[in-house]
Order: sequence, then C-alpha cells, then structure tokens
Amino acid sequence: MKLKLAVAALAAALVIPAAHAQVKVGVTLSATGPAASLGIPERNTFQLLPATVGGQPVQWIVLDDASDTTKARQNAEKFVNEDKVDVIVGSTTTPNSLAMIEVAARSRTPMLSMAASARIVEPVDDAKRWVFKTPQSDALMATAISQHMADSGVKTVGFIGFNDAYGEGWAQEFAKFADVRKLKIVANERYNRTDTSVTGQVLKLMSANPDAILIAGSGTPAALPQKTLVERGYKGKIYQTHGVANADFLRVGGKDVNGTLLPAGPLLVAAQLPDTNESKKVALEYTKMYEGKHGAGSLSTFGGHAFDTYLILSAAIPEAVKKAKPGTPEFRAALRDAIENVKNLKATHGVFNMSSQDHNGLDQRARVMVRIDNGQWKLAQ
Amino acid sequence: MTFDIALLLAQDGLTNGAIYALLALALVLVFAVTRIIFVPQGEFVAYGALTLASLQLGKVPGTAYLLATAGIVAGAVEVVAALREKRPGRIPAAVGWNVALPAALLLVTRWAAPQQLSLWIQVALSLALVVPLGPILYRLAFQPLANASVLVLLIVSVAVHFVMVGLGLLFFGAEGSRTPAFTDARFEVGAMTVSGQSLFVIGASLALIVALYLFFERTLYGKALRATAVNRLGARLVGISTTLAGKLTFTLAALIGAASGILVAPITTIYYDSGFLIGLKGFVGAIIGGLVSYPLAALGALIVGLLESFSSFWASAFKEVIVFTLIIPVLLWRSLHTHHVEEEEDE
Repeated sequence: MKLKLAVAALAAALVIPAAHAQVKVGVTLSATGPAASLGIPERNTFQLLPATVGGQPVQWIVLDDASDTTKARQNAEKFVNEDKVDVIVGSTTTPNSLAMIEVAARSRTPMLSMAASARIVEPVDDAKRWVFKTPQSDALMATAISQHMADSGVKTVGFIGFNDAYGEGWAQEFAKFADVRKLKIVANERYNRTDTSVTGQVLKLMSANPDAILIAGSGTPAALPQKTLVERGYKGKIYQTHGVANADFLRVGGKDVNGTLLPAGPLLVAAQLPDTNESKKVALEYTKMYEGKHGAGSLSTFGGHAFDTYLILSAAIPEAVKKAKPGTPEFRAALRDAIENVKNLKATHGVFNMSSQDHNGLDQRARVMVRIDNGQWKLAQ
Repeated sequence: MTFDIALLLAQDGLTNGAIYALLALALVLVFAVTRIIFVPQGEFVAYGALTLASLQLGKVPGTAYLLATAGIVAGAVEVVAALREKRPGRIPAAVGWNVALPAALLLVTRWAAPQQLSLWIQVALSLALVVPLGPILYRLAFQPLANASVLVLLIVSVAVHFVMVGLGLLFFGAEGSRTPAFTDARFEVGAMTVSGQSLFVIGASLALIVALYLFFERTLYGKALRATAVNRLGARLVGISTTLAGKLTFTLAALIGAASGILVAPITTIYYDSGFLIGLKGFVGAIIGGLVSYPLAALGALIVGLLESFSSFWASAFKEVIVFTLIIPVLLWRSLHTHHVEEEEDE
C-alpha cells in the first residue's frame, strides 16, 4: 500500500510539470556558412530573449544549420519529432526556409521564417497556411528603389547581382517594377560572393553607360562591384539593396560607398525617424538591448527580423494559451490562428497586419530610403 | 569589345593569374614531395590576408592564439615521440620551435597590435604568424600518415580544410576585410591606366618564383626536396629525412599562401572562406601542369586568370562554369597522351 502511494506520488510529481509545460520554440538559423553574417546577429538576438513570453515560460532551442538546405530540413524534423516544439522559427535563408515548409505542414506546426523571398509565404495554400515570415519581401524593397530612381530622373539602369537565388530574385523583381516605371535595364551581370575581381562585369556595365547601377548583393561582398565602379570612374548613381545594411559593409566599403542609396527597414535609422513613426520606439529599445550586450555599432538589421519573430510570438502565444495547452496539436493550431490574427503590431521593421491572404503582413511602412553619408546611414528624404 | 577593354581585362586576368600561379606552384611542390593534394592551400591565403587586416584594425588576430595552441600540441607530440625513441636530446629543439617560438610571437603580437606600426612591419608579423602553422600542421595531421595512400592523404587534407575554414570563421567573423594598397601609383600606358598595385602583385609573384627557382637549384635543402620528389626511398637511402622534407615543403606552401593573401587583399575583399575558391583555381592551373611541371602549372594558372577575366565580361553568370570546364579537355588530352603509371603502394 505504501509502495503504491509512493508510486502514485512519484507519478503525480512527474505529471504535474508536464501539465504546466513550457512553450517550446525550435529555432534553426545559419550562424555558419555563406549566410553567417545574417545568421550570427539573429543567434545573438535569440540569446538575449527572456525565458517568458506573455507570462508563459518559453524554452528556446537554437540550432545552427550552417546555411545548408539539408541541415535546415534535418533540424526541422528534429524539432517536430524529438523536441515536439510548438512553433518553428527559421531559417535565415530562402532555400533553407523553402525546404522546411513541408515539415511544418505535415506536423501541423506553425513556422516563422526570417528569410526574404515572397515565395516562402505566397500563395497561401494548404502547406503555406502554416508558414509566416518577418522580413520585407524583395518586391517591397524593389518598388522603393524603382520609385526613387524614377523620381530622381533615372532613365537607364545597369544591374549586377549575386550569381545565386538572391541576385536572381532581385533581377526578376526589379525587372518587373522597372517596366512599370519606364526604366530601361541596359546591362544585366552576375558575380560570385567570393570573386576576387569583377572588372569584366564592371567594364560591360560601364560600356552600356547607364544613369544608375543597382548592385544586388548582401553584406561585404556587395562592396566589390561598387569599389571597382568607383575605381573605373563611374559617375552615375549607385543603388544597393537592404542586404548591405550592416556596419561591416561600411568598414570594407570606406569612402567608395559614399552617396550610395538603399532601401532598408526602419530599424537601420531608428534614431533619425520622426517621433510619429510607429517603429521608432520598439526599434530603439531593441537597439539598446542588442548594443548593450554586443557593443555600440554592432547592430545589424537581420537581428531585427529575429526580434520581430519574438514580438509576433509574444502577441500570439497569450491568445493561444487561452485555447489549449502547450505541447498539444490543438495548441499549435491555436497558435497558428493567433499569428494569422496579429494586427497592428509595431515591430522593428514596420507594422505587421497578418491575414489569411498575407502571411508577411508588412506594408510601405516597412521601408525607408537610406543614403550612406561619410560612413553613416542617413535617412534620405 | 574594344581594344581598351581587352587590355583592361588582360591586365586584370594577369594580376589574378599571378596569384593563381603562386598557388599552383605550391600545390605542385606539396604533391611532388609529399603526395598530398593540399586542399587547405587556399586557407593560408585567407589567413594571411585576414591576419594582416586584423593587425591593421589594432586587434590581436586569432591566428596568433591558434599558433600558440597548435604549437603546444605539436611540441607535446614531439616530446612524447622523443622519449619513446629514447632520444631526449631532441627535446630542447622540439620545445623551442613548437612552443617557445609561437609563445614569443604571441607576446610580440599582443604588444605590437595596438601600436599601429608601419604596414611593412605588420606584413612581416602576419607572415611570421601564419607561416609556422605550415610545419605544425604537417607534424600534427600528415606526418603520422606519411606513408599512407594518396587517397587517404586527400581525405585528411579535406578534413584539415574544413577545420581551418571553421577556425577562420571563429577568428575573423563572417564578413570580409580589405587591407590598404601597397601603392597608389598609376601609370598611363598609351590609352590605358595600369594600377601600381597590379604591377606590384605581378612583380612580387615573379620575385617569389625566381626565389623558389634559386632555392631549388642552388641550395642543399632545395636539392634535398627535389630528390625526395623524384624518389622518396632513394632520397632516404642517401640520408635525406623525409620528415624534414615534409616540414620544409609545408613551410614553403604556407609562405606562398600567406604571401599571396597579403598581395591580393588590397585589390579585393577576402572572407574567411575565400581561400578555397582561389586555391581551386590554382589547382586547375596545377592540373594543366599534370601536378608535376612547375612552368606548365604557372602557365596554366595564367590561362585560368585570363579566361576568368574575359568570361566575366562575356558571360558573367557562367564564369565559374567556363573556368572549371577547362579541366575536362586538359584531363582528356593528358589521359590520351601520357602513360598511366600505377601508384607505388609499397615503399
């Protein structure tokens, strides 16, 4: 009898913590490999997050997928099969995120991607019902560039981009919007992230003599074409994409990137935004938190996408907890519904208004035009 | 394409080709002496360039700590080996080269890094930090397997490559670096401008090649290396230590790699993983030379540089495809025109 009681007590002791299960968040990101410059600030951000979200204890399980599609998929499988997570966050890059969609849909687990391409969430079908993403789509950024070009009298544009999904995605998006704005793309070149020289491509661009050149690369590798253009005496306008918005780009680019124009999330120039801007307050709070830990000037906008996933979760988790217990399929479904119903959420990269048709939820407020001025990001009017 | 553009492309191709040529020579050298296909050759390029870049920023580069740590491990291995073979007389030299020298270099670096010394002293210090990694790497990874088959050595070589790339990310971060130009001079030759930096790269590469030639032709150590390359067993019979030959080869390979990195860093941005692709292009050059001929390897590397430059103008999206496809006709031609020699499995 005593033994039975002891067993019962022991069983109860084991069961009770399970009843108050934490919300488990499985995060996979690219902290090593080619996308490491994006993945490292994201990882740093997850390390700063509190252990409770909306009053609910949360366990963050952070894995590195080494920018490798197969590894990202394995991580996602591990999250749903072994860790039994309630939500998957990740990954950093578009190919990795696309590879994870099937896992999220099959296990009916909501997934929040930190990668840019609209293809991750569009169109919202049976599988992509479960998938959301925080960064601005290339299309949103491309409209900002084409609009700025048209407004400043540019007629012909040369394009040079990474020889990968990023460059190709931009080439396609930009071509679409350039057409709308009557911009003529007179040269279309590619280069590789680790190329030691882009002289050939730059000579080709310059022989087409465009009014402006758009460089679609991310991080420091985007500086090489620009430095070569300046060295060869190109005088037109140079546009970059939001992929370059980190301090290392300014360090490597030096004075050669002066005057560059790029679209970026409000986070990049948070301090210069008017007080009426809805992202200003939260962006400054995040900046303070990140730089407090990693030093002044260490902020990168990519960390902001990670922080925005946290903001979305802190809005959605309290709603889902009302409906079901964490760790159950019902909770995952409730969490998905709650994310889809996130409205008017002020985040570091704009304001999220999710809907059953739009699983990104960002609008024009998610981008500003920025000019590089003597090694500083300046809000361009 | 106008003549001006062709000249500019040729200049660019020759500058990069000169770097590839140096790496091709190092790859041929390492393969000839030790039968190792030295995949991590490119990592020395990245380490050399990024070590210099760290010193420029006034930071102690991670390579200084790596050298000290790896030195302690290599020293311990040497001491254990000396005790086992009951030759304690070798211990002082082993400790001196593997532990004391790297420790001294670390201390010097820690003192020198914040001082913002002149560029040339920083270059010398970068070389001093990266080059000793060569022999230590040989001692730790390859010397225990010196008699293994080419395939096993290749597998170890790939493993070393991954370790070095991973450490590179840890030390230098994911973003790239550039170093200031050695010279801002520009020369007007007819209608085109030749940058002093390109001339400097080509000149320095030529100087290194001449120095290597003199080393192999005129010095006893150089001749010993050539003898080992021709016939390992024969070289051992006449008293040449294959261990010494291996270490010397790796020192030279590390020197060539680090020097190439320092030469190329002002004209492009170098990342922790840049080395692999640069090394691979040197490898294509070396293959053109059949991994035995130095002049053919250098010539092949120049062809790679020129081909890369012109294809980046004509079809930038397919540049790498074009460059690496070059290897197929070369291999085809070689397999038709040379006798296949069975690898000597036994010593």
